[in-house]
Amino acid sequence: MPRYVSHPDEVIVLKRRHGKGAADIDKYMELDGYKAVQNAIEQGPDWIINTMKASGLRGRGGAGFPTGMKWSFVPKQSAKPKYVLVNGDESEPGTCKDHVIFLEDPHSVIEGTMIAGLAIGAKMGFIYLRGEYRYLLKIVEKAVADAYAKGFLGKNIFGKEGVDFDIVTQTGAGAYEVGEESALMESLEGKRGVPRIKPPFPAVVGLYGGPTVINNAETIASVPHILLMGGEEYAKLGSERNGGTRLFGISGHVERPGVYELPMGYSLRKAIFEVGGGVKGGRQLKAVVPGGSSCPVLKADEIDVGLDFDQMGKAGTMLGSGGIVVLDETVSIVEFALRTIKFYQHESCGWCIPCREGTDWIKKTLTRVYNDGGQKKDIDNVQYLAENMMGRTFCPLGDAAAMPTLAFVKKFRKEFEDYIDGKKAGTPLMTEEQELAGAAH
Amino acid sequence: MAAVTNTIFSPATAARFDRLVTLYPLKRSALVPMLLYAQDEIGYVSEAAIQEIATRLDLFDLDVRSVLSYYSMLRTKPAGKYNVQVCTNISCMLGGGYDILDHCKRKLGIGHKQVTPDGQFSLEEVECIGACCWAPAMQVNYDFHEELTPEKVDGILAEYAAGRGKDVK
Repeated sequence: MPRYVSHPDEVIVLKRRHGKGAADIDKYMELDGYKAVQNAIEQGPDWIINTMKASGLRGRGGAGFPTGMKWSFVPKQSAKPKYVLVNGDESEPGTCKDHVIFLEDPHSVIEGTMIAGLAIGAKMGFIYLRGEYRYLLKIVEKAVADAYAKGFLGKNIFGKEGVDFDIVTQTGAGAYEVGEESALMESLEGKRGVPRIKPPFPAVVGLYGGPTVINNAETIASVPHILLMGGEEYAKLGSERNGGTRLFGISGHVERPGVYELPMGYSLRKAIFEVGGGVKGGRQLKAVVPGGSSCPVLKADEIDVGLDFDQMGKAGTMLGSGGIVVLDETVSIVEFALRTIKFYQHESCGWCIPCREGTDWIKKTLTRVYNDGGQKKDIDNVQYLAENMMGRTFCPLGDAAAMPTLAFVKKFRKEFEDYIDGKKAGTPLMTEEQELAGAAH
Repeated sequence: MAAVTNTIFSPATAARFDRLVTLYPLKRSALVPMLLYAQDEIGYVSEAAIQEIATRLDLFDLDVRSVLSYYSMLRTKPAGKYNVQVCTNISCMLGGGYDILDHCKRKLGIGHKQVTPDGQFSLEEVECIGACCWAPAMQVNYDFHEELTPEKVDGILAEYAAGRGKDVK
């Protein structure tokens, strides 16, 4: 069971009901649950979308697209049914925030889905959880059943004639790639989770060919809170063009790892040294992967940056999924880079050749370097391979593999060169046995 | 739906499948969950399960196999009664995930994707399971075990060996 953590610097919006038994529908209602959706029914779609636009909420899955704008792209008239799709396929290494939301506040996801449905004129929503989250799926399924039992879902919800909304929960079965929106739709249609070409975008042609809004679970869970407090009020909590708060998962070499809710724009340095309690054992900070494993690494002297989409972009990295992974001085970047590409090589779905071949060749090259068979030109080869994956695939998995790889070899080139020369930094974490198992992985 | 007169599944699972196919605009959407629930019951996705699911969804068995081979949790051979899945991705690696994996290998006497001779345990090195802030972590079947140490792992495995761990269903 995830350990609940808190820190005085937290600004609590999304975590408001966490640790209070809000998976129970009555408790959820006692804590203002299902009030936002009832108000949304009264106010209508334009009001919802305007409130969302005013809130400055940007997608919490990683891309940071403004949610209100995304919803406004869905055509009002459509021959095909429209759908709301909640992406709870949380798989980005370093990220465990949706885990906490499904566990502590599943009704906020349900209520957010209903509000998104009202905004775009959909009558059906799907909540997709990764297959590994079976115990959370049971919690969400119970929450959905309880909402049906109270008449909050189904026909004429909350007793409103003609207002219908259905929610179906869905489980994946192990695939990082399915976290990509079009691959998730393929999976939900009972197919292999390979990405679709865009355009058309999901807002026009999505699930079952109908206009679809797909949002990350945290984005959706934020919606009822925004409607309750007002878009402008929510926006004020964050930084410029980055409304509100978000859940940051601080992990790796810190004293107090955990999922913390911090305002957008909060200092990365403070997140590590104050909220996270500093580097474990008083050791020196070496580097930070700031938003899940696909985000370019930051060196220890690059952490004076605000945690929002724009500031992180300016710093040459990404806010991503908010998973802050802290590396202390004992970590070998060569090893860390290898472990990172090993993941992407394993998860590449094989649909696009640059990603399928590129991840494999980078992994092979870095494995050779790691096993003392490297040459200096291998570093250039890794960089060349990564550069040639960028922007050349249907979905962002190719980029997600290339971006961190490029940052590792560019920012820590000296460490790679020294490693090849036999001067190895850090303490190995992957064992001999593991390299063999890894080769067959 | 094509009629399934002789289901290989338990009444509860068969009833779940009957309901699942009605939930979606297209019944094929039930395929991935059905494969996983079939595996939960049988221990793997058997040939008979593939055939029955194909029949239930009006698909060719090839369609089912194509999807089955894509998802890493689905398998066509039995695993142990308790499938131990140790995460070694970045946050877990930094927390000693490889030590946990090696400890499990020594303790169980098996390697990645192998099963103990008595069929009780199987072991897998897996990618990120979404427990990064409570690393290192592993799952035994669907149950999460977090903030692991080798000693803690010993206790957990002993619980399962004694039949006190939760069953997959």
